Amino acid sequence: MLPKQIRKVNDTLWEIPRSYKPGMLVPARFYASRALLEGMDEAVFDQTTNVATLPGIVGHSFCMPDGHSGYGFPIGGLAAFDTREGVISPGGIGFDINCGMRLVATSLSFEEVQPRLTELVDRLFSAIPAGVGGKGLLKLKPSELRTLSEQGMRWCLKRGYALPEDLERTEENGCVPGADASKVSERAVERGQQQIGTLGSGNHYLEIQVAREENIFDRDLAAALGIRFPNQVLLMFHCGSRGFGHQIASDYLKSFLQVMQSRYGIPVRDRELACAPFQSPEGQDYFKAMNCAINMSFANRQVILHRIREVFSEVFGRDPMDLGMHQVYDVTHNTAKIERHRVEGAWRELLVHRKGATRAFAPGMAGIPEIYRESGQPVIIGGSMETGSYLLTGVLSGEQAFFTTAHGSGRTMGRRQAKKQFRGQQLAEQMKERGIYVRTASYSGLAEEAGAAYKSIDEVAEATEAAGLSRRVARLLPVGNVKG
Amino acid sequence: MPFEYLEDLTAADVAFRAEGGSLEEMFAAAWGATLGVIVDPRDLRPRVRRRIRLQDPGLEQLLYGFLEEQLYLKDAQGLLLRLETCRVDRRGGKWRVQATAAGEPADPGRHNLGTDVKAVTWHHFSLRREGDRWQATVILDV
Repeated sequence: MLPKQIRKVNDTLWEIPRSYKPGMLVPARFYASRALLEGMDEAVFDQTTNVATLPGIVGHSFCMPDGHSGYGFPIGGLAAFDTREGVISPGGIGFDINCGMRLVATSLSFEEVQPRLTELVDRLFSAIPAGVGGKGLLKLKPSELRTLSEQGMRWCLKRGYALPEDLERTEENGCVPGADASKVSERAVERGQQQIGTLGSGNHYLEIQVAREENIFDRDLAAALGIRFPNQVLLMFHCGSRGFGHQIASDYLKSFLQVMQSRYGIPVRDRELACAPFQSPEGQDYFKAMNCAINMSFANRQVILHRIREVFSEVFGRDPMDLGMHQVYDVTHNTAKIERHRVEGAWRELLVHRKGATRAFAPGMAGIPEIYRESGQPVIIGGSMETGSYLLTGVLSGEQAFFTTAHGSGRTMGRRQAKKQFRGQQLAEQMKERGIYVRTASYSGLAEEAGAAYKSIDEVAEATEAAGLSRRVARLLPVGNVKG
Repeated sequence: MPFEYLEDLTAADVAFRAEGGSLEEMFAAAWGATLGVIVDPRDLRPRVRRRIRLQDPGLEQLLYGFLEEQLYLKDAQGLLLRLETCRVDRRGGKWRVQATAAGEPADPGRHNLGTDVKAVTWHHFSLRREGDRWQATVILDV
């Protein structure tokens, strides 16, 4: 049920005022159609208003159209904090630091790929470890993983796993500054040592997708982003910083809980909302370690891209560049980053937390590759494995939400409920009949990811456009899927 | 098994309630509930054994650390481990757990694998005594 105090600002924006809860410093805002808003669980409203009480929050505490309840912050949460007076919160970033999406184009049409689809998916499934216990082909020494975590995709470039253009077409060029591996625990390093180049599990996946002509929303923008002919094949994958990032989040959550109230006098409303002043020693240490996880995750996705290129090259007997395998873009949707934004007419330096939310810079903004200066930053919103995903771009009106948009479709059905309702093997067969060939490390995991367990990705993408957060470019349909 | 998965606490992840007549039983149940998300524990052969020794002034923190240890051993050593023995006591103002667990590396050919667990969360985390039973509620991020 919706909170009584929520009021409609316009058809896709809703606000809960500060009077809703003691301690709220700013109002809470929800971007959603009425249907999406009514579908949100009650905890989303509680969590978004809890975030509004954190010291130094600027503007509003936001929730995106795919919002659902998370830990501390909701998934789909966005909050910006003053870098001098505000806090940093692991709960505003998530355990899977720099969980993100990467989209890669090809010059192949579906007609060319279809006869080799089974072989491609099978080979991708072998080349890119997925699911529980999946070990990457690289086993790094602890010191090497620490180096990688400070260099991100530059590490991959030096070792021949990346092209210079891959770095250009990745948020932050695949390496955020300010990473300091001395702030990362031994346990985090040990957990991540064998996980470079692995997908993980849960909702992580790798898909072969098709851009059908009828699913192109804006032909010129699509062409600018690399989608240039009917039935073009693309690859999309979703994964993060694996055990390395999970351990960093857990380590600092523990450290923040010890000092939050006692040293910094910040009341603990929810332990997952643990935070520390950004300028405090604890806050700075977490920021440096979190940046390492961001870089590790960029490198993880890069090694996966390298393997994808190898597989396609082997199957088609052609060089990956001859197959047009250029990366479109890589976005992160679980981060906190220092950005400059205009607030009530004045430029301010802010620590922008996005948890299950994607940066969506508008045309002309600094921080996006030259080739996308006119189109705006590409945004990749991943849908369920049955229903498809979206490519969008950032727009000027995104300023209202620190240039941020949705990240996915958001679950509506619990995992156990999904397992009761669907059988993994049967689902795989049904998907095959509908033209989607799937390989999975776990059939029970597959059942949990059934399309019906998620919100409609179409409604989410449409709401982001109606709200002026991003513009739809193309809807991409899955034909092959490797599921963690 | 003295645990049950809960439907209503989380849509995106996995929640469970673990119970026991003693702290040991409850800790073991919570370990089993966590492992059960990742793999069918019946498939695991006791080929490798690990000792777990942790201490913490807080009992909740001890349980959190105990479950986190399972995730650490899974990722760092690649091992899926069933709990064999478990002892929880309090000494010198600190709670301690001493346990042994046995199992083997994940094998997709032989193990019925489920979903990987990323982290133990503090969301709705609770540990309490109800009459003569210990009870914990935990949400795992998957």
